[in-house]
Amino acid sequence: MTNDPTPKPKSDSVIERMDSWLDERTGVDAILHESLDEPIHGGASWAYIFGSGLLFLFVSQVITGICLALYYVPSADHAHTVVSYIVKEVTAGSFIRSIHAYGSSGIIILLLLHIGQTILYGSYKGRRELLWLSGCILMALMLGMAFTGYLLPWDEKAYFATAVGTNLMAEVPWIGPILQKLVRGGDQMGTLTLSRFFVLHVFVLPGLLIAFICAHVFFFRKAGAAGPIKEDPVHPKLPSVPFYPRQVAMDAIFAVVLIGILAVIAKTIPMDLGPAANPADTHFLPRPEWYYRPAFQWLKYLSGRWSLVGGIMLPALLALIFAAAPFLDRKLERRPWRRPISVGAFFLFLIAYTSLGIASYRDDYKDPSMAAQMHQQDADAKAFMNAPFVPEMAAGSLPSALTAADPKVAKGLVLFQAGSCNVCHGEAGIGTAIAGPLTGVAHKYTDPQLLALLHAPNDKMVHGGMTPTTLSPDDLEALSAYLNQLH
Amino acid sequence: MELNNQINVTPKAPERRSFVLALFAISGATVGALLAIPLIRFVTYPLRKSATDESWSDVGPIGDFTTLTAPVAKTITLERRDAWQTTSSQTAVYVLPSKDGQLRILSPICPHLGCSVRWDESQTKFICPCHAGSFTADGDRISGPPPRSMDTLEAKVEDGTLKVRYQYFRQLVATKEEMA
Repeated sequence: MTNDPTPKPKSDSVIERMDSWLDERTGVDAILHESLDEPIHGGASWAYIFGSGLLFLFVSQVITGICLALYYVPSADHAHTVVSYIVKEVTAGSFIRSIHAYGSSGIIILLLLHIGQTILYGSYKGRRELLWLSGCILMALMLGMAFTGYLLPWDEKAYFATAVGTNLMAEVPWIGPILQKLVRGGDQMGTLTLSRFFVLHVFVLPGLLIAFICAHVFFFRKAGAAGPIKEDPVHPKLPSVPFYPRQVAMDAIFAVVLIGILAVIAKTIPMDLGPAANPADTHFLPRPEWYYRPAFQWLKYLSGRWSLVGGIMLPALLALIFAAAPFLDRKLERRPWRRPISVGAFFLFLIAYTSLGIASYRDDYKDPSMAAQMHQQDADAKAFMNAPFVPEMAAGSLPSALTAADPKVAKGLVLFQAGSCNVCHGEAGIGTAIAGPLTGVAHKYTDPQLLALLHAPNDKMVHGGMTPTTLSPDDLEALSAYLNQLH
Repeated sequence: MELNNQINVTPKAPERRSFVLALFAISGATVGALLAIPLIRFVTYPLRKSATDESWSDVGPIGDFTTLTAPVAKTITLERRDAWQTTSSQTAVYVLPSKDGQLRILSPICPHLGCSVRWDESQTKFICPCHAGSFTADGDRISGPPPRSMDTLEAKVEDGTLKVRYQYFRQLVATKEEMA
């Protein structure tokens, strides 16, 4: 902030007068000068748009996330209902949720591009270790956001993918089991897991992200833009142009393209919501989001003691080497063809990552029975999406309270089960292959008719195996009270 | 918005800068406005989801009421929707003997202070137990503090079932006013 806000020539323009009024009180012009006139050596370039693209998508996630939180309830017994309420009932709900869900994929893609550009251009060199490290932390935080956010809809795929993900934690040496229990809030996945993931996704990780984004931008401004590959990263020599307007224009155009792509995808292929998580479902094949697929596939190749080495230690070592890149690669040489090790290692990683991902999808659709199950899961999710919204019955509401409140109905239920009526007529009289349902029987018969039928079943009933009921009048009354409230 | 303040930072080529600026402002505002529409509609959804959802409760099969000679109390189940939850509760209504083939249903809530009005078989009158307001068998006000007659509820017959649209009305006023 070198240029002191100098008195401006008198002008009658309203905007200019407002500006000088504000500037005299805030010094806003100097701040704007600092942020917009940052020198970019070697000129503006489309290669530099990914960082600001990430910031833009982060802001989009914050806005859509706050909107979604207006309707969301982080509790295992409501989460799925409220998400389906958002998707099926709230105006633009499916669109906003899709922007948010696809936005996370967008951030992962941009992260890869941003890192790729940084490695290719050697932009981490020359007193930029802290800039790089803060970036590494931001990437870890973003992956954490993707992992915690995935559980929140509490549908089948969310539940089972997170069950697998948190099972991996138990593999960590020494502290594994404790860590897993801490993250899950218990031995098993449950409503505390959801609360914990919600708190991480909405409070802890976004707070850390904002702090580290500030640090990242601060370190970036301190070191200055690294410029093109022929530029000296410590003492820039190329002529510079200010950030505004050319680079700002490129960043803005990219932001519009990004949100445009997201909006088109969100509109044409809305993010699906599967049926509610059913922990008892043994057929469900859990699969993580595409960006975690390579890691998922990698674990398939490991067994026994190799799962610790390959599943925990190798990724940890790779992450450590990655984070230490600016400390290990200290030469100021930036041309990629003169840096075969770092650039080669990155591309090798990309190739391995992509092939593992492809192998994962190929495996799923190669085995016919597995492919059938995957298609079934897709079909289930589609069917659920097309079904109308079903509101949840509030606890203490009539049907659930009735059995508890009316002693006659409760007694009738006991008789219904003691008399083995449920064997043929099903639990709660929903019917089985042997005998028809009893639900809605109150609309079909009056009380005396029902009692008469229980005493002396008609021919059709006898033919089906129904026996006359021999109960005391009191018991018979309780039974008919129970039958009458079935629906 | 902030960009507006940039006009005079570099005195060189101010025309070009303000042109770029205007371009940004217009395109930024357009994109922003387009995106803001779904966001605003999402946030303001409850404004449009007002008391329009009419809920009808079953009273009973129509056959039970065609031969009535005196008002009869029936318990109905009210389904109340609270966003993604439903709560059901029970309340009573009076079904009156049909007049000109039309079944009428009365709310049991006294228009005076909201006590439950009772049907008195011996006096063939509706009598409010709280302040002794009384009404005819048709629910018309006879005497006492109630400011108006008993409130009729909308009724209809669908698939042989008598249905009622249960509502609450403002108390202590002479005309029947629906409560939101």
